[in-house]
Amino acid sequence: MSMTLAEKILARASGRSRVAPDEIVVADIDLAMSHENADLVRKAFLEIGVPRVWDPEKIVIIFDHRIPAESEKTAATHKAVREFVQQQGIRHFYDVGRGGICHQVLAENGHVKPGMVVVGTDSHTTTHGAFGAFATGIGATEMAGVWVEGKLWFKVPSTIRIEVEGEFAPWVSAKDLILWIIGRLGAAGADYRAVEFDGPAVRRMSAASRMVLCNLSMEMGAKTAFTPVAEIGPDPEAEYERVLRVNLDYEIPEPQIACPHSVDNVKPLSELGDVPVHQAVLGSCTNGRLEDLEVAARILAGRRVHPHTRLIVIPASQRVYLDAIRLGYVQTLIESGAIINPPGCGPCVGVHQGILAAGEVCISSTNRNFIGRMGSKDSYVYLASPAVVAASAVAGRIVHPEVVMAKEHAHV
Amino acid sequence: MSDVPFVLRGRVAAVLGANIDTDVIYPGRYLNITDRDKTAEHLFELAYPEIRQKLRPGDFLVAGPNFGCGSSREQAAAALKYSGCGAVIAASFARIFYRNAINLGLPAIVSASAAGECREGDELEIDLAAGEIRNLSRRITLAAAPLDPRAIELLRAGGLIPYLKAKYAAAPAAG
Ligand code: SF4
Repeated sequence: MSMTLAEKILARASGRSRVAPDEIVVADIDLAMSHENADLVRKAFLEIGVPRVWDPEKIVIIFDHRIPAESEKTAATHKAVREFVQQQGIRHFYDVGRGGICHQVLAENGHVKPGMVVVGTDSHTTTHGAFGAFATGIGATEMAGVWVEGKLWFKVPSTIRIEVEGEFAPWVSAKDLILWIIGRLGAAGADYRAVEFDGPAVRRMSAASRMVLCNLSMEMGAKTAFTPVAEIGPDPEAEYERVLRVNLDYEIPEPQIACPHSVDNVKPLSELGDVPVHQAVLGSCTNGRLEDLEVAARILAGRRVHPHTRLIVIPASQRVYLDAIRLGYVQTLIESGAIINPPGCGPCVGVHQGILAAGEVCISSTNRNFIGRMGSKDSYVYLASPAVVAASAVAGRIVHPEVVMAKEHAHV
Repeated sequence: MSDVPFVLRGRVAAVLGANIDTDVIYPGRYLNITDRDKTAEHLFELAYPEIRQKLRPGDFLVAGPNFGCGSSREQAAAALKYSGCGAVIAASFARIFYRNAINLGLPAIVSASAAGECREGDELEIDLAAGEIRNLSRRITLAAAPLDPRAIELLRAGGLIPYLKAKYAAAPAAG
């Protein structure tokens, strides 16, 4: 029988020859990832009272949300997790300065393989579908159950297939594509479902861009999302709940912006009007990778960040940071007036390193613009591609990169 | 076990709209609070601080579609539970929130019509196994999705932690 990729992976992991949507299966977990909320997991695990985790080799813990510790409270939770990791013999632990954002670190260290079932105590765990894994977010208590049993129940999702053809217009990228799709399907448009991206435009994308598609699929509720890999794929006759075809040439000729306060409030840039920005943020598990820093450096080379705007750049990992230094992007960005934060989540989750005041507006390459997400409940977050973030930092308002590139040495 | 009636009775503390995200339910700045019972202090703190005042033990929260979307933070479900919320009724739930709620022993009930047919202050009776909500104040019965037997088992145990605790205390060598 023909199966979608999600069905295939869940069938394998639950020891069945075939599964269909809405069936409940109990699947073996291949990889269980947590960040600082490993402390919540740890507490639940200790309450259950089983002495050892099921398999320390399959657990990965990465500090990223509050690094280095921004408060005594966080320092204490970090310390508790470090001790637990030691005591349980969990080798795959990335402490402050050893990794970066969990999803980037998991990917760049080769933890994820095609066909795996990956769970993480982070909603953007869907990112790892870019490597052919069934990857999904779970809560801390449920993770404690995984640490005990190494298994978890899933309802087999139905699948939405999205086929993309055509060419990206200049300065338009994977971020614009996925924002456009979320705008079309809505914040609950893929709730409980798997998403398969395919088509010539997706197959031409870099791994980093594919990660953007799978990462942001979470913002339309997806349980998991995939881009094609060589090792495993859906059967040709697989049944889909829905097939969506997108042509980049006709449908996404310009950058897309998610306006406050929901990720599905998406408008083409030209419909935005005049939006001055106080802060621009380039980073996160969505868009803090080398290709994102490269496009920003290209736009900022020889230009200055607008006097009324501050630009915060956060490389997604130590490795991305080093590569960006080696390639000269970091110098270009600093010379333009940007501040570089250490690799981690930084202001994306609104706890430190770039909080917004009431009334402030931020253009951000991150993935959420909910009320109060990046600071004051009266601040406003617009989500955009790295190119639009960099250009807007120069212009001091949300602009198309071509506006900035047309002007030589603005604000020097 | 699931044929045993499992009936909750309480009052509607608030009726909310669509896409209530977990940043709104529990702001990210308090995520380093890892004692579940302390999370209640920050429930809806930025967007709807009045809800915390209104919630009395056993009260229900009613909402539109996609309740609990966004972050996987379990503190969102914990803050509701430890504020005394007896159940959340929504047109639909984001999947991680739904699982978190059941795992923490907080009933989450899917009912397409509840947000339209319930007002603040209404008295409700919820039959979890049958999938029925009786609005006693308005004398109407609303359809709800019956809870999965697995979810009922977890709720009866008080959540996943006590459930697993009992399971492994009974069979320490298992797993
Ligand atoms: S960068 Fe933002 S969205 Fe990504 S894991 Fe960190 S806090 Fe979550």
